[in-house]
Amino acid sequence: MAVRRLAPEAVQPKEFSFTPQTEAWTKELVAKYPQGRQASAVIPLLWRVQSDCGGWLPQKAIEAVSERLEMPYIRVYEVATFYTMFNLEPVGKFYVQMCGTTPCMLRGSNEIRKVLEERVGPQQSVSEDGMFSWLEVECLGACCNAPMVQINDDYYEDLTPENFNKLLDDLAAGKKVNIGSQAGRKSSEPEGDVKTLTDPALYDGSVVGSWRKRFEEEAAQRAAEEKAKAEQEKADKGKGDAGKGETKAKSEAKSETKAEAEVRKVDKEAAVAPKKGHPDAGRATERPVAEAPAQQKAAGEEPLDLEAEDKEIAEKLAALHKDASPEDKANAVGSRPKALKKPRKDKPDDLKKINGIGPANADKLHNLGIYHYDQIAQWGRPEIRWVGQFLSFAGRIDREDWVGQAKTLAASDDKS
Amino acid sequence: MTKLIVDGKEIDVPAEYTLLQACEEAGAEIPRFCFHERLSVAGNCRMCLVEIKGAPKPIASCAWGVRDCRPGPNGEPPEISTKSPTVKKAREGVMEFLLINHPLDCPICDQGGECDLQDQAMAYGVDSTRFHENKRAVEDKYIGPLVKTWMNRCIHCTRCIRFATEVAGVPDLGAIGRGEDMEITTYLEKAMGSELQSCVADLCPVGALTSKPYAYTARPWEMTKTESVDVMDAVGSAIRVDSRGREVMRILPRVNEAINEEWITDKTRHIVDGLRRQRLDKPYVRENGKLRPASWQEAFAAIAKAVGGASPERIGAIVGDLPAVEEIYALKELMTALGVTNLDARQDGAALDPALGRSSYLFNSTIEGIEEADAILIVGSNPRIEGSLVNVRIRKRFRMGPPPIGVIGEKADLTYDYDYLGAGPDTLAEIVSGKHPFAKVLAEAERPLIILGQGALMREDGAAIMALAAKAAEKVGAVTDDWNGFSVLHTAAARVGALDLGFVPGEGALDAKAMAGESALDVIFLLGADEIDIAPGAFVIYQGTHGDRGAHRADVILPGATYTEKSGTFVNTEGRVQVANRAAFPPGDAREDWAILRALSDVLGHKLPFDNLAQLREKLYAAYPHLAAIDEIAPGDVAAAVKAAAKLKGKPGDAPFVSPVKDFYLTNPIARASAIMAECSALAAGESREAAE
Repeated sequence: MAVRRLAPEAVQPKEFSFTPQTEAWTKELVAKYPQGRQASAVIPLLWRVQSDCGGWLPQKAIEAVSERLEMPYIRVYEVATFYTMFNLEPVGKFYVQMCGTTPCMLRGSNEIRKVLEERVGPQQSVSEDGMFSWLEVECLGACCNAPMVQINDDYYEDLTPENFNKLLDDLAAGKKVNIGSQAGRKSSEPEGDVKTLTDPALYDGSVVGSWRKRFEEEAAQRAAEEKAKAEQEKADKGKGDAGKGETKAKSEAKSETKAEAEVRKVDKEAAVAPKKGHPDAGRATERPVAEAPAQQKAAGEEPLDLEAEDKEIAEKLAALHKDASPEDKANAVGSRPKALKKPRKDKPDDLKKINGIGPANADKLHNLGIYHYDQIAQWGRPEIRWVGQFLSFAGRIDREDWVGQAKTLAASDDKS
Repeated sequence: MTKLIVDGKEIDVPAEYTLLQACEEAGAEIPRFCFHERLSVAGNCRMCLVEIKGAPKPIASCAWGVRDCRPGPNGEPPEISTKSPTVKKAREGVMEFLLINHPLDCPICDQGGECDLQDQAMAYGVDSTRFHENKRAVEDKYIGPLVKTWMNRCIHCTRCIRFATEVAGVPDLGAIGRGEDMEITTYLEKAMGSELQSCVADLCPVGALTSKPYAYTARPWEMTKTESVDVMDAVGSAIRVDSRGREVMRILPRVNEAINEEWITDKTRHIVDGLRRQRLDKPYVRENGKLRPASWQEAFAAIAKAVGGASPERIGAIVGDLPAVEEIYALKELMTALGVTNLDARQDGAALDPALGRSSYLFNSTIEGIEEADAILIVGSNPRIEGSLVNVRIRKRFRMGPPPIGVIGEKADLTYDYDYLGAGPDTLAEIVSGKHPFAKVLAEAERPLIILGQGALMREDGAAIMALAAKAAEKVGAVTDDWNGFSVLHTAAARVGALDLGFVPGEGALDAKAMAGESALDVIFLLGADEIDIAPGAFVIYQGTHGDRGAHRADVILPGATYTEKSGTFVNTEGRVQVANRAAFPPGDAREDWAILRALSDVLGHKLPFDNLAQLREKLYAAYPHLAAIDEIAPGDVAAAVKAAAKLKGKPGDAPFVSPVKDFYLTNPIARASAIMAECSALAAGESREAAE
């Protein structure tokens, strides 16, 4: 940053007027601000005028902006000199802002600078053909793909003197160039092979909950070892019981103490161990990435088009009688899930454990003859639609993934 | 009121005070650069840091309100420390930063000796620097003929920018660039367009902006400072005249809350060179069509001869714009003794008549009172050039929350928004008849103010316009028991004093215009009257200071003293009586004006009854007691004066009102003798030409 002044008179255009498009755009812009606060539009207007003027702000343009916004000239001049995004001197058709900050410097921006110095000349001067001018700037925030430059509105990354020269040639020749990495990589993905996060297990969902599982397994193993040891001791003591009654009594007392200690230990473990809960509590609303339509399609599954389904439901409902009962409506859009007359073993599952089902909905589901997790787990699309419509809960069953939750709960029930 | 403890002293201040004000109330001295009582708060110099108990960092007291201070945990009043080690360290740090880029050129700096930075570096700074890099170098800017810039010295307090934008209302100055590259300048180094621009040199706490005409001429400690009043317009700004030996070196403003606050116009400040140039330093007598230097005796003899040969009806006297009350009184006494009634103090023919009552020609609302007005009608005046500080007050009122302001007359840039109602008397008549929508605005206002300028009064139909304005004032209720909204804005410093003395034509006598007419009189005595052309024929005696229009026409010239060379009473447009003090002596044979008239009266055989200024004033105060109350305004019956004025007869014409001041910088002989005023005038003319193109 240095002292910034308007360009010398020799290069200043004699006059400036807003293009009709800019005039119309300005009108809209100025209307956004309250009456008497039109000066607020000064930065966007200067920015627009700068692009109209070929990337810089001539004196007449600054004055035209002041007059348009009814500001004193000096106020607009202050703004134009304050922000380095406003160029006060002419720039080339392609205005190159080269990042020279540390990451780019370490990755070779000095080479890029040399190219610019050779091809274009010193900073802030326009090349003879009027095509290029350049300026070294501070970090532009694309360090992953360093070294990089910004040319007009776009970033060009992964530069080497060779591909940068070619890029400039192509720009000058008016050829189409690729924005972004010049080394062919996509946004800021790793260069060459992927070396991290390569374990496929990371992506199939198998590691979800594995952390807790490991601790549980370890605890179980410890308990088993303890148990085995205790039995072993008991067996040892049984052998020596014959002659020594006194000892037996003693050892009984001892083993009792040991048993007590066992209980205490278990209690302690229980206190330390995290409370049992839904392993997926709080996650039900997130749709796993793998379920994204593109992935599903790739996996050969028919992606679920919820929008189309909603539309279909809406159409079907529209065809119905105005005061159709919820059941009629539900029948129109789906099929009633299979019902049980009463819970198996007269012991219904606690449906409220499913995130999204409260006492009221649990009662309603009971009335429908649905008492168990596995019942819900078996629902297909027609059932989901039916229940959703019946409970006037359209879409929520999907959003909260009742079926998925029910599957998990049913599975854990089976285990225990 | 809020309780605070400042340095262990408990004080009770209004909650809207800033901490800086509160600390000063408690007697603590807070250094500052950017803060100024009359400008908005910028808070960017950080010199006024103080410590509040409980705050993690020192805070800028200028930008911290008393109501923002939190009480202690048990509701104790907030404790502020202005002398703690933290504060001392903070100030030293700030000072060190300020001095990083400030050149050490005090010995060649015009601000030396009256520099805030110098003083505060002595009081709050440290003795050495830890900065060994190069200092910043900044190009000097041209911002006009009156203010010299030395931008290396700038500490970016932005006082000048705030003054130009807020007080002067001409936003010419700005800060371009940013950070270390910030620079104060006008747009592309154009000259500032304000008539108050040199006040930025006063405001500048360092030597970045100094007075260009005064550059390198004197040091503050070698000058004698005399408190005085200004006569460039009828506002009567308080000034300080700095003189070295017998020469006035510069004029600075003095604080007078009732009049000029602490601003003065460029004309007030920079006519200093006009006090030296074109001076009449000895009497002259015209012989064979040419003026030749003469002795006082010769000059008096020539006058005695002319007066002796004329009858009193063929003698007249006209008082100009600059004389003090004392000499007008002496002249009136002398003329009365001679039996002369052809007297006039209104060279421009303004329809002001003391017979209507003193309040009919005063700025009755007072200048300070403008701040209370809630609707303003300006008739036939461009206050920006006729009474710039009145205009500053109107702008101040405007900035408090714009009242409706209407203007009838010239459509000029007054630095605030106003409704342009019309150009001439017909619009004023519409206001009186209530047809004009602005009449309703004025009538609904609680304290409407009508400012009547000389542009409306110095016309053939001046009396009729006066009547219209008075009627309008009555109609909209501008004059009530506690509000005097009928105000006349004068342009001449001597006018109100002369009218107070009744220096107007007697019964059936000639007024100034008639006196100036062809063969109207045999002898005319001009006391500093330069704005009137006397037709050939009459014998003209000119008593004044500069070789200007009056002197060119004169047959005898009596060299007098300017307002800096005599003790004289001036009555400003409000009717406030003020005394100008002598800062220097008149050049050569020139004498104080009352003494010349006293000597002349002896030669004419009507010796005036006083031998010194004290005796003169004794007589003056006996005859006009209100003039004895210095710095005060004698209360008058405004309602009666307005009533009397409303009864004036006459038919208003339809010519538009024109301001009497054609060129702000050249309104009187002193200003016309000043090279600096000529430069400003040329520049202003060039700019207005540019604007017209």
